[in-house]
Amino acid sequence: MIQSVRMAIKSISGNKMRAFLTMLGIIIGVMALVILVSLVSGATGNVTDTIARLGSDQITVRVSDNKGNPITISDLNKWMDEDAFGRMAPAATESFTAKYGTKTGSLTVYGTTAPYGDIQKLDLLVGRFLKTADEENVSFVCVINETAATELVGYADCLGEDIRLNGHRFQVVGVLKDDDTSLTSAFRSGSLVAYIPYSSLIRISSTATAEITSFYVSAGEASTVDDAKTRLTEILKERFDKDEDAFSISSQNALESALSSVTSILAVLLGGIAAISLIVGGIGIMNIMLVTVTERTREIGIRKAIGASRGMILTQFLVEAVVICMLGCALGILGSWGVLRLITTVVSGLDISFQMSGGVVLIAVLFCFFIGIVFGLYPANKAARMAPIDALHYGG
Amino acid sequence: MIVLKEVCKTYQVGDEIVKALDHASLTVHDGEFVSIIGPSGSGKSTLMNIIGCLDIADSGEYLLDDIPIEDYTENELAQVRSRKIGFVFQSFNLIPQLTAQENVELPLIYQRVRRGERRRRVAEAMERVQLTGRIHHLPSELSGGQQQRVAIARAIAAHPSLILADEPTGNLDSHTGQDIMDIFHELHDAGNTIVLITHDDSVACQAQRSIHILDGRVREVAP
Repeated sequence: MIQSVRMAIKSISGNKMRAFLTMLGIIIGVMALVILVSLVSGATGNVTDTIARLGSDQITVRVSDNKGNPITISDLNKWMDEDAFGRMAPAATESFTAKYGTKTGSLTVYGTTAPYGDIQKLDLLVGRFLKTADEENVSFVCVINETAATELVGYADCLGEDIRLNGHRFQVVGVLKDDDTSLTSAFRSGSLVAYIPYSSLIRISSTATAEITSFYVSAGEASTVDDAKTRLTEILKERFDKDEDAFSISSQNALESALSSVTSILAVLLGGIAAISLIVGGIGIMNIMLVTVTERTREIGIRKAIGASRGMILTQFLVEAVVICMLGCALGILGSWGVLRLITTVVSGLDISFQMSGGVVLIAVLFCFFIGIVFGLYPANKAARMAPIDALHYGG
Repeated sequence: MIVLKEVCKTYQVGDEIVKALDHASLTVHDGEFVSIIGPSGSGKSTLMNIIGCLDIADSGEYLLDDIPIEDYTENELAQVRSRKIGFVFQSFNLIPQLTAQENVELPLIYQRVRRGERRRRVAEAMERVQLTGRIHHLPSELSGGQQQRVAIARAIAAHPSLILADEPTGNLDSHTGQDIMDIFHELHDAGNTIVLITHDDSVACQAQRSIHILDGRVREVAP
């Protein structure tokens, strides 16, 4: 076997230009495969990283039809004791015109409970978030975001100030940092937001009731988002007469998996196109190997005359095809490494690193090997089947 | 020992059927130096192909060292060629990309001889043909006579029971040709069986025994 590889290298190096041109198809195919797949996975990694940073352990539940059996705060508190769940908080939204002194502004008000801050990973600038006592006492307190504080009150550190919502006085107990790394706050950036106890919202609002139509859940410490979703689905199905359309459960986790399925389809698609170019390269190899076999008919005759069996001739030409393929593969991988380095440098501003993944390199190597075998077999077999006398007297 | 009995071989050339061998019989004993002589077209190449196990007779019997060759498969024939027959061709038939040493080594590789043993036997064979200093030359860097000597070294490196030479001096000038014949004489003296095919009487008469072939019929003549 080592002997065959040595012989193959010898006969390849005997005609370097032709060997290189033959390999070119494989080189281009491998580069296309490795670079495209690495680019896609690099970009995917970047996007999923961003999404993961936005917090993906949060589950959103919306109830569209409560079948006369509405969910209340006490239900949430009861479910929260289960291991599968971390925290639960209702959320009702309404827009109010807020007044502070003579200034007015349109304020988005969320009626919720204490766990909301943890679930949404809200960061406080000063003060505190809502407490369970606020909910129980129907306290008229609010937590506002930095934008609301500066635009309405005039300064960020405005604890203890009263703002009026629909004529009701709410005391500011906390101010939230404006932070655009959280998905929810990213959607709300620039808008004025206030969080008040759910019970207080029911009191001042004309639409909000004790029937919770939307709430947030975080997964328990020892369970995953998927576990929590499964359990939640069970509970809600049971509650709503097994009607799956009565409610919807979504998570950013789902967004992430949708995105990753899209990108993996993309990777397979691009990889497939690259694989086609590898197959074309393989056909090129078969072509040249057929020419080589004809050219070396006499050599085959000599080898057979001095004792080479069919298998030995077959091995020799097959190894030669595989060696050409693998050399092309190696050059292609080297080339794509260079190109990826170049791309990473050029787009360094984007903070994306295009790493060559071991997986795709392995696939490229195996695929090249496979192509070498498949496209080398026919020419090698043709060589092996030559009758020694015909081959020996070929061309003289 | 070679025994051919009533061997026939016909070829079809166009519509015409050519009898290359017509009930040819001959015997070559171990250690003999036999020449087969005949004009071109007489069937001597066919005879050589059959003796050399490159081709199989249509009918008749061929025993090589008491082994009947007719019913061998192609791979078994390759085995026989590898172990029992050393070829020397008119046009040398060295592989141009390989050095002298690698050419001589090739039949040993096909016999799966170990590397150390291979090197030893190559050196020994190259010494027999007095080319020790040129083992790393490519065939293109050697003269015709030297190339033929490499080919002889290749034939003897495998220790065959028969050396089969097809017009070995045909492409050489008479002086170099005689050098090659001297090597054959030495090999014969060392106990090798040699069958030499030629159309040249001056070469043929150097053998112990000459066999004439004409129109596929074999006729033995006393030396």
